[in-house]
Amino acid sequence: MGEPVLQVTDLTKRFGKVTSVDGISFELPKGEILGLLGANGAGKTTAINMVLGIISPTAGRVEVFGKELSSARIPILRRMNFCSTYTQLPGNLRVWQNLKVFGKLYRVKNLIQRIDEVLEMLEISHLRNRVTGELSAGESTRLNLCKALMNRPELLLLDEPTASLDPDIADKVRKVVSRIREEENTTILYTSHNMRDVEEVCDRVIFMHKGKILFGGTTEEMLQHFEEESLEDVFIRVARGGDIENPRDLTPPAEADREEGV
Amino acid sequence: MSLSSIQALVLRYLYLYTRTPIRAVELLFWPLVHLLVWGYLTMFLKDNTGDDFPYEITFLIGAVILWDILFRAQQGVAIFFLEDVWSRNLLNIFAAPVTNLDYLCSTYAVGMMRAAITSCMLAVLSMIIYQFNIFVLNWTLIPFVFNLLVFGWALGMISTALIVRWGPAAETLAWAVPFFIQPFAAVYYPVDALPEMLQWVAKSLPCSYIFEGMRDGLKTGEVDPSDLLWATGLNVVYLAVAGVLFSRVMNKAREKGLLTKFASQ
Repeated sequence: MGEPVLQVTDLTKRFGKVTSVDGISFELPKGEILGLLGANGAGKTTAINMVLGIISPTAGRVEVFGKELSSARIPILRRMNFCSTYTQLPGNLRVWQNLKVFGKLYRVKNLIQRIDEVLEMLEISHLRNRVTGELSAGESTRLNLCKALMNRPELLLLDEPTASLDPDIADKVRKVVSRIREEENTTILYTSHNMRDVEEVCDRVIFMHKGKILFGGTTEEMLQHFEEESLEDVFIRVARGGDIENPRDLTPPAEADREEGV
Repeated sequence: MSLSSIQALVLRYLYLYTRTPIRAVELLFWPLVHLLVWGYLTMFLKDNTGDDFPYEITFLIGAVILWDILFRAQQGVAIFFLEDVWSRNLLNIFAAPVTNLDYLCSTYAVGMMRAAITSCMLAVLSMIIYQFNIFVLNWTLIPFVFNLLVFGWALGMISTALIVRWGPAAETLAWAVPFFIQPFAAVYYPVDALPEMLQWVAKSLPCSYIFEGMRDGLKTGEVDPSDLLWATGLNVVYLAVAGVLFSRVMNKAREKGLLTKFASQ
């Protein structure tokens, strides 16, 4: 196996006394889709923002394409992109104007053609001349995805890309994500609260809780580990499971019983 | 520095103005109001003082035009940043391959464009309405304008740095910062008119030398070269200080996660 596209080592972020991300390490090989799961406040978005260089880590390293992010941020960012439910494109601009601006920022070649391609890929070609601020939430999210795909990123960070979408559009987005991985071998880090996203799209998942990685593996391995029927059950259990400092709370009951010799 | 990044950011700004022409009101309306108020005040004083009318008073109109260059340049930098905050686009920009220098250069370009539009309009209108010709300053206008632009950029960077540091609640600073210095900047009156202690404050501001120079130029047709040298020297210092402050605040913002807080407002 070649060098990982993304390697995160002992990544930590503290805001004052609050530890948002607590020494997480993982790597992402080329062409893999890794799901980053966790309840609100688990540290997923902070972790993604550190990979983007928007937040600087308190400790630890982020290496992308074999280079350390802190020393080669701009050349790295040219080869990656991101889409977040927490950001929007300027509402006063038309759809094509926004894509043109970001295409130029990422130095996209054959820009006009690429704009048409990404709009078609997300099935919003008919919105090309619409004012961005007039788009529905679903259309707006798909436009954000278009922006994220403009530069054919080798590493794509998707922060809850289906958060505001109806099931039909969410399904389309999942299919697009799977398709770009198949066609362009894009490596993707994907955060979501939607367990369907994770089951359908991700090769592997990392479950975060209170800034730490609780579990890393395939979805099947996770279900086995937690002895639950569905990812949703795992999610609820972890979210309500109390304190990471007391791992027993989060250990599957049968396993906890075994440890206690019951 | 990447020219394509600068071009893209400026393009975004131009799209914004062509898409919403009402924004031009801000560029044209307020400067016009100032010109009319100060211009008619000047005319009133002229008509009521007869031969005793001090010619220096007409410089008020020149002051309005030159002050607006500084103000628009500052606004170009500060409002550019706020546009991204208001549209929740900040993270898209800062997660793109854009360096601090690319970002700042695009704000300088926008500031220059804003200043050019406003000052040209004011110069033409003051000629038509009041027969006041700022162009009698000839070539000295070039260093005057350039120095005012640079000082405006420096103030814009300081304004943006303060907004980043203190959060969206501090966004009124984008408009307030130039007016913090205006009383000491010798815009409408000479430095001598200030109490002695405040004269030192005035002398520490590059723009006070420009406004003094403008008054000399309009009165005598000559500008003291030392005024231009002082303005340029001080501008180098202000630009360097503002650059360091901006850079440090951006680093601090990354450390404290302030940029993401703007995005979630």
